[in-house]
Amino acid sequence: MPAADASSALLEVRNLQVDFRTRNGIAHVLDGIEFSLSKGEILGIVGESGCGKSMTALAIMGLVPTPPGRIAGGEIVYRGENLLKASKERMRRIRGNRISMIFQEPMTALNPVFTVGDQIAESIVLHQGLSRRAALDRAVELLREVHIPAPERRIGEFPHQLSGGMRQRIMIAIALACEPDILIADEPTTALDVTVQAQVFDLLLELQQDRDMAIVLITHDMGVIAEMTGRVLVMYAGRIIEAAAVDDLLENPQHPYTSGLIACVPQLSDEPEAEREALMEIPGVVPPLTELGVGCAFEPRCGFRMPVCVQSRPSPVAVGAGHSAACWLMEDADRQGADRQGADRRDGDRP
Amino acid sequence: MPILRLVLERIAYAFIVITAVLVLNFILVRLAPGDPAEVIAGESGGITEEILAAIRRDYGLDLPLHEQLWIYLGNAVQGDLGYSFYFNSPVVELVVSRMGPTILLILAATVIALFIGTALGVLASRNPEGLFSNFLTVASLIGYSAPAFWTGLMLIILFAFVVPLFPVAGLYDVTLSVGYFGRALDIAHHLVLPAFTLAIIYIAQYSRLARASMLEVLGSDYIRTARAKGVAERVVFFKHALRNAILPIITITGLHFGNLLSGAVLVEAVFNWPGLGTLAFDSLLRRDYTTILALLFFSALMVIVANLATDFCYRLADPRIKGKRG
Repeated sequence: MPAADASSALLEVRNLQVDFRTRNGIAHVLDGIEFSLSKGEILGIVGESGCGKSMTALAIMGLVPTPPGRIAGGEIVYRGENLLKASKERMRRIRGNRISMIFQEPMTALNPVFTVGDQIAESIVLHQGLSRRAALDRAVELLREVHIPAPERRIGEFPHQLSGGMRQRIMIAIALACEPDILIADEPTTALDVTVQAQVFDLLLELQQDRDMAIVLITHDMGVIAEMTGRVLVMYAGRIIEAAAVDDLLENPQHPYTSGLIACVPQLSDEPEAEREALMEIPGVVPPLTELGVGCAFEPRCGFRMPVCVQSRPSPVAVGAGHSAACWLMEDADRQGADRQGADRRDGDRP
Repeated sequence: MPILRLVLERIAYAFIVITAVLVLNFILVRLAPGDPAEVIAGESGGITEEILAAIRRDYGLDLPLHEQLWIYLGNAVQGDLGYSFYFNSPVVELVVSRMGPTILLILAATVIALFIGTALGVLASRNPEGLFSNFLTVASLIGYSAPAFWTGLMLIILFAFVVPLFPVAGLYDVTLSVGYFGRALDIAHHLVLPAFTLAIIYIAQYSRLARASMLEVLGSDYIRTARAKGVAERVVFFKHALRNAILPIITITGLHFGNLLSGAVLVEAVFNWPGLGTLAFDSLLRRDYTTILALLFFSALMVIVANLATDFCYRLADPRIKGKRG
């Protein structure tokens, strides 16, 4: 997939900064996030829990909980309009209409006291000004589009009467009700059974192709990234540490953290136990965001740490067409990628 | 029909509970010290052993307890809960004639507590760290620490001597009540102080419950979903959140009904409200067994009916309950 040039971008995020006030001081939850999204593209954002991927989504939606959160700087430009400067009313008209979002927890994301039909229709009535009756008819169609059987009966049911997979389909129907340009899917299948996960992803792909809609897919699962996305952002401790087209990233990861994430994907094999590779892991945990020093946030867990890593934080460096990484190794030596991958495995081999 | 089955089931339960209440109350009152024959004799003047024996015989007090119970239950089935020694009237008539004012008082207090309590709590939840919210926390602490009879007395002092806005005793004033409408208005006027006195504890409790419940609901995933849909904040608050936050308040209101009834005894005594409470107060002082038993029976009946009503309200408000046995 070719890298989108700035003029054709549907959404552009520039130097986004989000701070949270915590008991231990200010946490820079997002620090200098930059990316762009083109029409019809599927962009993956991958990283561990707490790396800021969901917060990026909430910031685009204008739903950062304030306080304790605060957008400290940057721009989010949608079709030439800076959403961070938009009025509350204007944002409300964009949310659920032009930019929609689905969440991780389908079991609790629907309101238990309203029927499924009413919850879908609400957004249609709100943004398209249809009558409730017409909106309910449209809701039936939407349920059919997300492959829910017997939609006429389902719209009168309540969320507790549906399975997790069904509820996530309902969430997708709500999100797509107004034909948005952008769908943000925040770990949409994490809470679902594996078999249902595949169905939901197939559905998302199908709907995306029908509508030429852009998707921002947030996940911690490299396997999902490989299957679904065109371009990938790897996030760590509130920053984008690597960005590349998916094939490029998987074959030629530049940042030690990215190589680690890829190595962590378990391989299914039928070999006898002794011959299987040990399951990889990245040692250590993500440091608390209030305790980041001046150096690279990944330094304490990195197998390649150098003196410079503790002293200052690396900035993203272009390492190829549409491929950038923020690591001192990029500046230090031009092409050591292959060696590094080898060395990274050694990390994972620890008992 | 699940609803029909449910109703039948509940009536069967109610029947068992009522029987148990009758037996239990009968035993409890008989266990209390004091000889009712002496009380009756005391009312009528001089006491001799012959008179006491005659009274015991007349009222069946000389029979063994289990036989007294059996007679009591048999009569109860026929709608006869006995004859009051003190009031000289069949107790069922006595209780029924006093039920109206008490039900009026309790319903008024419930409505006041529900509306004011919920409204205060919801307002506080809009800004949980704000001045109003903190004020409410302190005020409600005072509200539910203050005993009803004390609150009642304070209100009487305030409204009888300081600002005489509301009448402080009775159900209505014969000299002021003119015609049907005039009487209703006068009763409403008399109702204000006792109803508020009874309601204050519940206003305090419901406001805290509503605040906590709203805050919990506002943090839930489906509220985030509503916001992500582009629903206006006001609608998120009053439609998506309030509709869910009200559920625990309905449950608690049902559970409070019994407490309200016992609270009414004190409040009616303070405001001389001619309801079951003053009747209970008087008959307790007189050791008027039959009346006490009938009152306990009727209050159990009212609590059962109230619980049944709560159950159905809850079913209307929360679709998840349907089909399940609650």
